Amino acid sequence: MKHELARYRWIVIVAAAAAVLPRLLPDRYAIHLAVMIGINTIVALGLNLLMGYAGQVSLGQAAFVGVGAYASAILSANMGISPWFAMAAGVALSALIGAAVGVPLLKLRGHYLAMGTLGFGMIVHIVLVQWESLTGGTIGIMSVPPLKIGGISFDSELKMYYLVAASVIVAMALAANIINSRVGRAMRAVHGSEIAAEMSGVDTARYKLQVFVLSAAMAGYAGSLYAHHTTYVHPDSFGFHYSIYLVVMVVIGGMASIGGAIFGAGAVTLIAEHLRSFEEFSTVAFGFILVAIMVFLPAGLWRGTAEALRRLRRTAPTPGEEA
Amino acid sequence: MIPSGDQFLQYLLSGVTLGSIYGMIALGFTLIHNATGIVNFAQGEFVAYGALIVFTCSGVLGLPMPLAILIAVVGVTLVGAALERAAIRPSRRPSVITLIIITIGASIFLRGTAMWIWGPDALPIRHFSGEEPIAIGRASILPQHLWIMGIVLGTMVALWLLGEKTQVGKAMRACAMDREAAQLVGIPASRMVMLSFALSGTLGGIAGAIVAPIAMGQYNMGIMLGLKGFCAAILGGMGNPLGAVLGGLLLGTLESLGAGLSPIGWSGFKDAIAFGIMLIVLLAKPTGLLGRGGR
Repeated sequence: MKHELARYRWIVIVAAAAAVLPRLLPDRYAIHLAVMIGINTIVALGLNLLMGYAGQVSLGQAAFVGVGAYASAILSANMGISPWFAMAAGVALSALIGAAVGVPLLKLRGHYLAMGTLGFGMIVHIVLVQWESLTGGTIGIMSVPPLKIGGISFDSELKMYYLVAASVIVAMALAANIINSRVGRAMRAVHGSEIAAEMSGVDTARYKLQVFVLSAAMAGYAGSLYAHHTTYVHPDSFGFHYSIYLVVMVVIGGMASIGGAIFGAGAVTLIAEHLRSFEEFSTVAFGFILVAIMVFLPAGLWRGTAEALRRLRRTAPTPGEEA
Repeated sequence: MIPSGDQFLQYLLSGVTLGSIYGMIALGFTLIHNATGIVNFAQGEFVAYGALIVFTCSGVLGLPMPLAILIAVVGVTLVGAALERAAIRPSRRPSVITLIIITIGASIFLRGTAMWIWGPDALPIRHFSGEEPIAIGRASILPQHLWIMGIVLGTMVALWLLGEKTQVGKAMRACAMDREAAQLVGIPASRMVMLSFALSGTLGGIAGAIVAPIAMGQYNMGIMLGLKGFCAAILGGMGNPLGAVLGGLLLGTLESLGAGLSPIGWSGFKDAIAFGIMLIVLLAKPTGLLGRGGR
């Protein structure tokens, strides 16, 4: 019981921190970064459920973010549809595509699933670039209108920050709920051993698909937020590189850990931002650090360090204990 | 859009050339996958380094082309071995996801280093023997195309000899077939793993060196080439060397025909051909055209 409630403590901590954070940030650019971290966290939380709990790899998650972003952009900017409806459509479309693609793809395992999702992601990117009449191709879509409630228009970094922060908290609660529910236990059974889970009567195919679709929907939602925040979408924001960044966020933070997802999203977003100004050597360092972490701390920085510390404490001898 | 016989022949010829390159890259994937079960995401980077080292040796240092190629191939072989030693060997009981991220991280590292050393621009490399097109029927190819096809063929033969006639080659095949059994008869499995990475580097380096005059050398040329080489490996059957080569040839031909025959404005979709084919194969027959039962 205590362990289960412990998951929710993260949400309280994050909510408190989120409320205070804007006062500590120096300028609008920093708030913008916080918004981007929040958006990436939402995707990472969904991907974390898929990879960390259900044990399925996706190297094409950026595609779902792109679907959500472009649906929002096309509907609200090019067709004058209300941004909220456009966002809902984006989420629904991402979920739909997730279901359509998930049914055949999730029959694959391991490296084959990874490459299948990779291929899917690449194809979506190519479609975004080539279908110019719909997506504007490499010109992208500009002037995406901001979201509005009543008279309030979410057109500033600060307002988007609060919307995104609230969304992150909801996403965290959702993730925590799922992990502790029957679905969550079924997922972890699938991750532990798919064969054993099947034998115990768990409908692994159904649960894998549910998590896949959920992660796609969350990614689509995040994509919509992105479109209405930056007011501009371009295909290259949703390609192979972004998919890799997302996986790195989940893995570096530590899979099967909600706190890890936030940490990973924050770390990678900030590093990627840094990479843009100091291109050359930073990429080298990023790759090096990534390999080092995966080799020596494969459980990720969050969990991995906690585990390493626990191991160190256990090997220290205590009086009366047999060696 | 119905092509004339000449156009068809032209697409076919460039397709076979392209396919030879894909085949070499696919073979590199297959080698490592057979020895370790790993998909090496850094395979494309081997190709890039092959091309870039040739640029430096031939274009900057002015060395004769055969020497430049030799240095490049040896260099990339060492990179392959170093990759295994530094990133694969030390990892403890890695999961599939961990291994994927390790090789992805390695590819990011290599790509970043390449950009650091050679800059972001595309660099030209001299054709091996001139740029006069050669007529075949009413189609034409460049001498470099012949070099590519010839060297790839020669490499295939050399690999076959290695596997059939040499101790090392036979040991590597034994390891790929059954690692534990191989170890029982005294074959050092971990060394075979390193050799497979090194040999994979050799193949990538050769591919890069021979395609460089046509494709130009650039720090990020490995991404697409690597991915498509992987598609070719899946198409031919992951784990089957002959399948890798055939998959490469088939993929190159289909891509060339697809790009050439597609209506105006749709040729940008040619990259989607490779991924589309890969998805179809993965979903319909994951073991590919010639593959054995999956790992």
